[in-house]
Amino acid sequence: MYIKKDCVAMLLAGGQGSRLYALTQNMAKPAVPYGGKYRIIDFPLSNCINSGIDTVGVLTQYQPLVLHDYIGTGQPWDLDNIHGGVHSLPPFQTALGAQWYKGTANAIYQNISFVDRYDPEYVIILSGDHIYKMDYSKMLNYHKKTEADATIAVLDVSLEEASRFGIMITDDNDKIVDFEEKPKEPRSTLASMGIYIFTWKKLRKYLIDNENDETASKDFGKDIIPNMLKDNQKLVAYHFDGYWKDVGTIDSLWEANMDLLNPNIPLDLYDPTWKIYSRNPIMPPQYIGNDATVENSMISEGCVINGNIDFSIIFAGVTIEQGAVVRDSIIMPGSVIKSGAVIEYSIVGEDCVIEEYATIGARPETISDKSEWGVAVVGHNVTVSEGAKVLPKQIISENI
Amino acid sequence: MNENTNVLGLIFANMHDHTVVDLTKERTMGSILFGGRYRLIDFPLSNMVNSGISEVGVITKSNYQSLLDHLGSGREWDLARKKGGLHLLPPFGHVGSGIYRGRLEALYGVWQFVKNSPAEYVLLSDCDIITSIDYEKVIKQHIDSLADITVVYGKSILSMEQAVNSTVLSVNDDDRIFDILLNPQISGACNVSLNMFVLSKEFLKNIVLSAASRNQYSFERDVLQAHIKDYKIMGYMHEGYFSKIDSISNYYKANIALLNHEIREKLFIDKAPIYTKIRDNAPVKYGLDSNVKNSLIADGCIIEGTVENSILFRGVKVAKGATIKNSILMQDTVIGQKCDINYVITDKKVMIGNFRLLTGSQYYPLYVGKGATI
Repeated sequence: MYIKKDCVAMLLAGGQGSRLYALTQNMAKPAVPYGGKYRIIDFPLSNCINSGIDTVGVLTQYQPLVLHDYIGTGQPWDLDNIHGGVHSLPPFQTALGAQWYKGTANAIYQNISFVDRYDPEYVIILSGDHIYKMDYSKMLNYHKKTEADATIAVLDVSLEEASRFGIMITDDNDKIVDFEEKPKEPRSTLASMGIYIFTWKKLRKYLIDNENDETASKDFGKDIIPNMLKDNQKLVAYHFDGYWKDVGTIDSLWEANMDLLNPNIPLDLYDPTWKIYSRNPIMPPQYIGNDATVENSMISEGCVINGNIDFSIIFAGVTIEQGAVVRDSIIMPGSVIKSGAVIEYSIVGEDCVIEEYATIGARPETISDKSEWGVAVVGHNVTVSEGAKVLPKQIISENI
Repeated sequence: MNENTNVLGLIFANMHDHTVVDLTKERTMGSILFGGRYRLIDFPLSNMVNSGISEVGVITKSNYQSLLDHLGSGREWDLARKKGGLHLLPPFGHVGSGIYRGRLEALYGVWQFVKNSPAEYVLLSDCDIITSIDYEKVIKQHIDSLADITVVYGKSILSMEQAVNSTVLSVNDDDRIFDILLNPQISGACNVSLNMFVLSKEFLKNIVLSAASRNQYSFERDVLQAHIKDYKIMGYMHEGYFSKIDSISNYYKANIALLNHEIREKLFIDKAPIYTKIRDNAPVKYGLDSNVKNSLIADGCIIEGTVENSILFRGVKVAKGATIKNSILMQDTVIGQKCDINYVITDKKVMIGNFRLLTGSQYYPLYVGKGATI
């Protein structure tokens, strides 16, 4: 027996995140570590439960093992409800054969029966690529109040940035009149955040029609939204003015982490009224040793720090030996940074070993040709041998 | 780790409450905060779970709200089980029982629960010992030696004050205990009981029922001491690191000892983690002018001042210009700007305003009670 739900969330988490290179070699993008103790997916999942949405389908496809393990029963997010809760939804075989998810719309289409079980009035479509805190219930109320068929959350971005996003063109009443995917000359600065609320009956129909259209690309941005606009359905923009960041590239992932250290950026992880939940490590508190210097950084449980840390995010269970230097960098869980190693402007993946006197990355001011400079990346489970060098912008996924 | 369904764990959460009255004013011994993120009961409970014991009863007496809140369903210790799992056993009153005077009366009060367990052996433990111990070895020795009772002990150099709160054993070369001193006025190297005992359920039943009919309640006095000749009472020497919480100054020492790398390695073993309640705090944030040395810092702290040789529990805030030295700041303590704090223990949710100066001494740290504002 299923209890009717007002709103069910469908979280698109199957993307490869190919622009994160070595960091998504063995895990889907939503499982990539962020912010010292989180994975990206903690943000939409915590937003759901904090917004009163207790039924979430997570659509997985690319490298789902880490993600499935992480989600588990959903208990860390209080999403292990008797009625509802979080469900991992990988592609499956049917009597008609097996199919991968061929696009965002197709992924939801293939799970229509999952949504139908809860007979919801509304469905919220989320993605596992963004860092933000948002009360979806306010957006849902707006959707109800405006009696829209679809509501799209938008963020006002700068004109330069606008060509990187899906851009909404609205009338004076925030009704969406047109939509452009990554326009060269944007006609508006309202960027889609990839968060949609649909009246389920409407979306259901459009999903089926789209599926039957063999030429369609089965994508929300390319098909569903334009098709609804064409049919003169009521699509409205919901303005969001908080912190929101796409973490699809090495640079944006690095920046989104560093944003946590910036007192002027409104992403407060310490707010008890809107906690971001995660699977907690079972480790003793961190130890900061006599020889350590730690400034302007975030450090998680189980770390043993004897080196020098400045402007960095250090995940659980990391060891930083005496004399090692970590600046402007992100060190993911379980890695060991040995004595004399220098890490600057870098992302070091999970369970890496950086041997003595190795150097990873460099400060931008030390490189004369700025096109040569970028954040250096060491993939997960990699050993960088004694004295070895990883250059700025270099991405390694094997031992050197 | 194999499931050891043959052993029932019983933890006494209120034993020794009187030795640290400040800390147990509003909580049980078992729910005293320790080591930045733990409560004392996390140690016996995790040791039991790590030894494969999957059914544990926690016997309480008074002030147990914080304990119930901490343990919940037992899920964090993997003890929210259909078979076995965690059972909270508050005093259960019926004619001739209720609030108990000692271990035997407490056991008599919960006997229905013990009786219903399928386990053949019972492991009893208090919450006053901080250690990591493999109970499987204790139980194996108990069975192999055909003992009636096995008492876990450690070697320690006791001061007069410590001995008064201890049970001291004399053990011969075959691990047999031949003399027991309760709360003796002695000092020096001793075999000190770690207040952990193994017995078969059948044997325990006999002594509990027989004690009840004789109005006896002290396990140590009326069983161990009284029957030292006719029962086979064996000692199990625990060689690992342990500390005993029996006064506020030893509580302070046991916490500060965690700043020693070797001691942390002995307590927090990868394969035998110490579990505790989860609070979903963000990582620790260190500000621009933070200066932290030789300290243990738990999640959710925000540090903008100087911290040395101290233990900070979850959610502690240290404002700019404040200096914390040699102190233990429990959960959600807030230290104002330019405070100078030395040899201080603050209980939960203490607020210390700007420019305050608080100083205790190494042997008598200043204790600030729960929720106080200075």
